[in-house]
Amino acid sequence: MSSTVLFTIISLSVLGLSAALILFFVAQKFKVYEDPRIDEVEQSLPGANCGGCGFAGCRNFAEALVKAESFDGLNCPVGGNETMSKAAEILGKEPVEVEPRVAVVRCNGTPEHRPRTTLYDGVPDCTIANNLYGGETDCEYGCLGLGECVEACDFNAMFMNSETALPVIIDDNCVACGACVKACPRNIIELRKKAKKDRKIYVSCINEDKGGPARKACRVACIGCSKCFKVCTFDAITMDNNLAFIDSDKCKFCRKCEPECPTDSILELNFPPRKIKEETEVELKSE
Amino acid sequence: MNNLLRVSLSPHEQSKESTSKLMFGVVIALLPALLASVWFFGRAAILVTAVSVASCVVFEYLIQRFLIKREPSIRDGSAVVTGILLAFCLPVNLPVWLIVLGAFVAIGIGKLTFGGLGSNPFNPALVGRVFLFLSFPVQMTTWPVPKGFATKYADAVTGATPLSILNENYDKVAIDQLMTDSQAGLPGHMQAFWGEMGGSLGEIAAFALVIGLIFMLIRKIITWHIPVSILGTVLLFTGILWLANPSDNADPLYHLLTGGLLLGAIFMATDYVTSPMSSRGMIIYGVGIGILTVLIRRFGAYPEGVQFAILIMNAFTPLINSYVKPARFGEEVNRG
Amino acid sequence: MSKTFPRGGVHPPENKISADAVIEQLQLAEQVIIPIAQHIGAPASPVVNKGDAVKAGQIIATSQGFVSANIHSSVSGKVNKVDKVLDSTGYKQTCIVIDVEGDEWVENVDLSPEIKKEFDFSGEEIIKKCSDMGIVGMGGATFPSHVKLSLPPGKKCNVLIINGVECEPYLTSDHRLMLERGEEILIGTTILMKALGVDRAMVGIENNKPDAISHMTLLASEFKGIEVHGLKVKYPQGCEKQLIKALINREVPSGGLPMDVGTVVHNVGTAFAVYEAVQKNKPLIERVVTITGKDIPRPVNLKVRIGTPLTKLVEAAGGLPEQTGKIVNGGPMMGKAVGSLDIPVTKGISGLVLINEAEAKRNVTGPCIRCAKCISACPMGLEPYLLMTLTEKGFKEKAESERIMDCMECGSCSYICPANRPLLDYIRLGKWFTGKIIRERMHK
Repeated sequence: MSSTVLFTIISLSVLGLSAALILFFVAQKFKVYEDPRIDEVEQSLPGANCGGCGFAGCRNFAEALVKAESFDGLNCPVGGNETMSKAAEILGKEPVEVEPRVAVVRCNGTPEHRPRTTLYDGVPDCTIANNLYGGETDCEYGCLGLGECVEACDFNAMFMNSETALPVIIDDNCVACGACVKACPRNIIELRKKAKKDRKIYVSCINEDKGGPARKACRVACIGCSKCFKVCTFDAITMDNNLAFIDSDKCKFCRKCEPECPTDSILELNFPPRKIKEETEVELKSE
Repeated sequence: MNNLLRVSLSPHEQSKESTSKLMFGVVIALLPALLASVWFFGRAAILVTAVSVASCVVFEYLIQRFLIKREPSIRDGSAVVTGILLAFCLPVNLPVWLIVLGAFVAIGIGKLTFGGLGSNPFNPALVGRVFLFLSFPVQMTTWPVPKGFATKYADAVTGATPLSILNENYDKVAIDQLMTDSQAGLPGHMQAFWGEMGGSLGEIAAFALVIGLIFMLIRKIITWHIPVSILGTVLLFTGILWLANPSDNADPLYHLLTGGLLLGAIFMATDYVTSPMSSRGMIIYGVGIGILTVLIRRFGAYPEGVQFAILIMNAFTPLINSYVKPARFGEEVNRG
Repeated sequence: MSKTFPRGGVHPPENKISADAVIEQLQLAEQVIIPIAQHIGAPASPVVNKGDAVKAGQIIATSQGFVSANIHSSVSGKVNKVDKVLDSTGYKQTCIVIDVEGDEWVENVDLSPEIKKEFDFSGEEIIKKCSDMGIVGMGGATFPSHVKLSLPPGKKCNVLIINGVECEPYLTSDHRLMLERGEEILIGTTILMKALGVDRAMVGIENNKPDAISHMTLLASEFKGIEVHGLKVKYPQGCEKQLIKALINREVPSGGLPMDVGTVVHNVGTAFAVYEAVQKNKPLIERVVTITGKDIPRPVNLKVRIGTPLTKLVEAAGGLPEQTGKIVNGGPMMGKAVGSLDIPVTKGISGLVLINEAEAKRNVTGPCIRCAKCISACPMGLEPYLLMTLTEKGFKEKAESERIMDCMECGSCSYICPANRPLLDYIRLGKWFTGKIIRERMHK
């Protein structure tokens, strides 16, 4: 072997070895001690980094789980109870069963029900439009239809229906991470308890105006008449500020409230069809 | 009233400015130089420019429509400007296939890979030009001798440019004698001003380029900062060199009038997307281009340094934008 | 050489169509809607109920706290209701709705047309008068004037600036007020000078109102210490920071107020209202509103009572043109588009611009070509293209260090952008986010 080659091999080897040694010692000296369980717990988490748990990413949540005394108040909505039991097993703690939830859009103000009175032609962002004025309709609580919630969803669980101008939630994909709830400037979206067969009963309105103006703006608005409240035997319905609210944790799906609503504001989804009955329609003051 | 009232945030008025109007203004500013080129190089100038512009527009349309699958943006006129500027940096006798290739590289690689108008870090025309220059050095450095309108395209007679002659003779022959020697083939100052010299299509006629500059300044398409800082820096440093050693350097005015300096300083370096946004930043950028140009011209292997100087400073533009901010209102508090 | 501000600015077409329209008194409406929040600060609290009889000039809502203002009834009649009604904010706000009956005024109010020049109130008395009479900034900002006049300890003022610039295109209410009530404005100026303890006042007027400049200059010769200055026409000369820079060459520091550089700025309309409050005991219950637009049959400057629905004003101008696309409360550069004409005139509404459909439609947005025209246009030395990108991509903390809160929302950047980018829309959103972050930080 020529001396050049030999010299090259030796000098490069020496360089490589010294670099390795330096790195090794530096790594040892500046090493930050981390509980090895954090890595284990992080592996058991879904790894979506969606923030649904309330922490900034799965690793932060894993750290919180390791440090926490009990799992009370700590839940990963994406992984659900399965993931929480796995994490509990690793840490030798008791998992807390949390009932799964799903996002629900509490507005049914389609262009048919809720006529448009102005045309918004600014930037299609819900926060910008909400800061500017009440919206394209006379209901200043209703959905603006610009899709900030859809953009916030990381799980492909939402899309904007161009005909109804309302967001649609795909129940199978929704993990109740809460991103859409935070994104909506009007707090229209709510995380409700998930029921079997994706059944839902809820008041599809959050309008707090008095009955007259509310109905004038939207045909299916809640007018706060309290008829639903009166028939509920499970204390699931509360009336506040001219608005009815059905608590998904208390509701037993007896379906007594839905036919009472004079404006069809209460929606019941994925139930078997009712037997058709004669119903008297309550007529309200028309425009 | 049938239509709904519109509601949006202020302002509720828009000026008549638009991207395509600005681009169109640049095209008009380039017309004097194109006409001068036709005067000296003949119909070939029109052919080269037309091929370049057509290729740029067609490639932009095809790539955007079929590869990127988005609405083609050829209507904003920026591809036309790139086409003309690319043509202006080429020798008039360049084979058509090379022009097309240059256009493809300029638009496809220099502009669209980065995201289209507004996102490219390097001047697309220069990217195309430098690609051709480095890959096809022979074709890119044989310039036709200007023979006026009668010149045929791809005329066999070729000659050197003033800068290439100077470059060959630095540190070998006394430059000042070379300038006065009629055999050497160097054009005089006045010839260089009017454009009677060898060179690329658009760079020869100094007066035409300056007319374009004045037009753009009046129409507020560009501001004075970049051209003045580039030319000023070049004048300063070539002046220093010339005063230090007059026998070994051309005078500053000669440097200004020859090569692609005026074309680069007025049209290439002032490209909106690749130049800094604040006035102070523009001056730093211009000074950098000037220094690099002088270095490459006098001490580097290439006779002309403007193309590389501009591309190098294009790389610095994001850095300049981050650190050089416009003067904020209320920064210096004046107490009455 | 006329003065101007050195940095930024744009030149939108002036369109002062209504400049020659003499101020007309609009007849009383059948019903007025008076919001309890017509000013910056805490909304006033109603002191009347449904069924109460009120007289013009009677106080109907009292100020809540220092930064707040009293609200007075602009008409006599009976209170119809105190309820949430849609107003110029775009949302329903609590308003006092009054059915008009006759035109009776409370005692003490001097309704005679004579101009009273002399006054012997002290500075504090003047400030109290302004507070009692509900005087707020009439240029559109509606900042309670008594707050502006109460300098905190340690701040001294050496010159008062009166803003007669009216830089917004189309608007002419200040112009007409100066031409027709110039003397009252100058008396109001001397009253304000007394309140602030200064002996020098400068009235700034843009050069596109030469009749107003010469008229006011002539009148000002009768007053001690008041100078009238013509200013170069450039938007936004009327914004107070730019006006201060042009007239006395001082820059209000970032986050600071004009009193930090020894001055206070008041609109000519405010000076007029101060005159009426101090000399005539008249509370702020009416103002001049310009109704204008290229298609409007009869552009007018109307003197209207606060609370009059805008439909009445547009009727007086000849009715809503067929192809109206947008109705702007204020000027086209900084005004707010409204969705309905049923909203009332408030203390801050200086004009209504009716824009036709063709001009109202926003142009298509293109990519940013980095031409830096927005930077040249910004009077505050900001980089609008960068602030928009930071907000769009969610870099909220970076926006604060790029001084997004310095933005006055003048609209010059969006106006000049060749790519029609909605710069101000995003910058407003960014300011909203940054404001939230700053408030959270202050609470910790």
